Amino acid sequence: MSGQPWRPVVVCVCLLLLLAVALPAAMAFGAEALPVGRVVDALRGGGDLATRTIVLDLRLPRSLLAIVVGAGLAVAGVAVQTLVRNPLADPYLLGVQSGASVGATAVITAGALGAFGVWALSAGAFLGALLAGILVAFVTLSQGGLTPLRLILSGTVIGSALSAIASYLVFRSADPAAAQAVLFWLLGSLAGAEWDRLWIPTAVVGVSLALLMAASGWLDAMAVGPDTASALGVSVPAVRAGLFALLALLVGALVAVAGAVAFVGLVLPHIARLLVGARHRFVLPAAALAGALFLLAVDVVARIAVRPTEIPLSVVTGIVGAPVFLVLMGRRRYSFGAAS
Amino acid sequence: MTAPSPAPAGSRTAPPLLRATGLTCAIGRHVVLRDVDVTIEAGETVGIVGPNGAGKSTLLRILAGVRPPAAGTVELDGVALGSLSRRERARRVALVAQEEDLPAELRVGELVALGLLPHRPPWAGGGKAEARAVDAALAAVDMAGTADRPLDHLSGGERRRALLARGLVQDTELLVLDEPTNHLDVRHRLDLLGLVRGLGRTVLMALHDLDLAVRFCDRLVLVHDGTARSAAPDPAVLGAVFGVAATPVRHPVTGETHLLFDRHPEVP
Repeated sequence: MSGQPWRPVVVCVCLLLLLAVALPAAMAFGAEALPVGRVVDALRGGGDLATRTIVLDLRLPRSLLAIVVGAGLAVAGVAVQTLVRNPLADPYLLGVQSGASVGATAVITAGALGAFGVWALSAGAFLGALLAGILVAFVTLSQGGLTPLRLILSGTVIGSALSAIASYLVFRSADPAAAQAVLFWLLGSLAGAEWDRLWIPTAVVGVSLALLMAASGWLDAMAVGPDTASALGVSVPAVRAGLFALLALLVGALVAVAGAVAFVGLVLPHIARLLVGARHRFVLPAAALAGALFLLAVDVVARIAVRPTEIPLSVVTGIVGAPVFLVLMGRRRYSFGAAS
Repeated sequence: MTAPSPAPAGSRTAPPLLRATGLTCAIGRHVVLRDVDVTIEAGETVGIVGPNGAGKSTLLRILAGVRPPAAGTVELDGVALGSLSRRERARRVALVAQEEDLPAELRVGELVALGLLPHRPPWAGGGKAEARAVDAALAAVDMAGTADRPLDHLSGGERRRALLARGLVQDTELLVLDEPTNHLDVRHRLDLLGLVRGLGRTVLMALHDLDLAVRFCDRLVLVHDGTARSAAPDPAVLGAVFGVAATPVRHPVTGETHLLFDRHPEVP
């Protein structure tokens, strides 16, 4: 049926190989540049102790977190664009990220959740995200169901209200360093990467990707339209509710460890579709791999562009992402998910 | 010499493929359908017609099993659609919806293959059998060899036919089409309806164009004022329901009966 049925598979394998090469390369960059050979030595347990410490305890967890967060945001982007059938949707559309920012701001400016120690910021962000997700779901359901338009409207409105609350918390805070910390968190950073903090987001992203892959046929039908999906035996309300719940947890978990990294969830799904077509079976893994590769590269730029300070990730993703998005928009062949 | 009369009521004939009884449906407080009965015999092409807002789409969706009625039952071959799981129902009734904005990067073959979704798990797909089914369905709608074309390269008529092929591949006893000729020009309307007739399937379709409905359907279901009645295409009845004057005219070349419409003389 398809003239090039192997193409999506080849693309995914190429992305995977690129990622395998990019990972040690990314770890070579940093405050102290290391030759890739020494990075690889350290990864295999050789080299001197200082190098091993830098590579294994600092750069490897950080690079892996970049991969997990990049993959997760791209996958969340695919899911949200299918859920609301809108090519301009990004994972933060549903207001979840604004809830996370209220939680994180409360921790930073008011010392909330002190009992969680070093996990307080992540816990605050995750709880805020979940509460915002529940609020958006509750409002949308009480108005008649999780339809795309209602989700977009209530997500945007509730998101704005929560952002206002976060801004007020910063405004009220007497500590100028707190404002700086909130801003840095809002713009996304992987500086907090540690081995301890890696497994939760990894598990959440892995499980999310597996679930979405398992439902990929349903998602294809949903992308064609809700009427076609129900005609094909798909329970549209159940799939929508499942997607929403999964997105709230996924975005909450990612924002909790890396802040609100912009653009990845908006742009990478489109790039994946350009590479492998529209079927979710291929879009999801391609977006995950491309997102991982992208954020890995972005984090390198964020670390070394203006040494010795780190630039927030969203600054880099925005500067790279906006032109990419405009180029995509200019392509006549590509119409952003909707025909004509 | 007498005209062949319909079988007398109560005689032992094959039961209808679809039998809907006592359908009632409300949208909000507005009752759209009240105690509606519909039957469809196997092999028939039945058109649902009615004025805008009369509840054609609602009735179509209820008969296709994707929308539950507030009261009443829809039975297909003696099995209540409501008692089937969604998947089982989708293996027996195919509804082809209008779907105006299709994903542009999706290819024709991929869209058509979605029709196999009720027959396999949602993570599966691909393979030789799928390709064969898709090619056969595309050939049936006169689109052989287009499986690799992206949907945004299709004309409006081709898109309608691709959607129809999606319904054919579902391989069901009943094919339900929602306004299959909407937005098509005159030639594509004729082509598409001729193609639907030629499929040899049991078809239920909602149509806007009364003249086409009369010419391409064996029987019409008139939806009007909360009721639905099965009718042979009678110009007087159609005219009364739509509030227009309908005049049957013989086509000078083909000899087919066409309907001409005019504003009702009694309506100023």
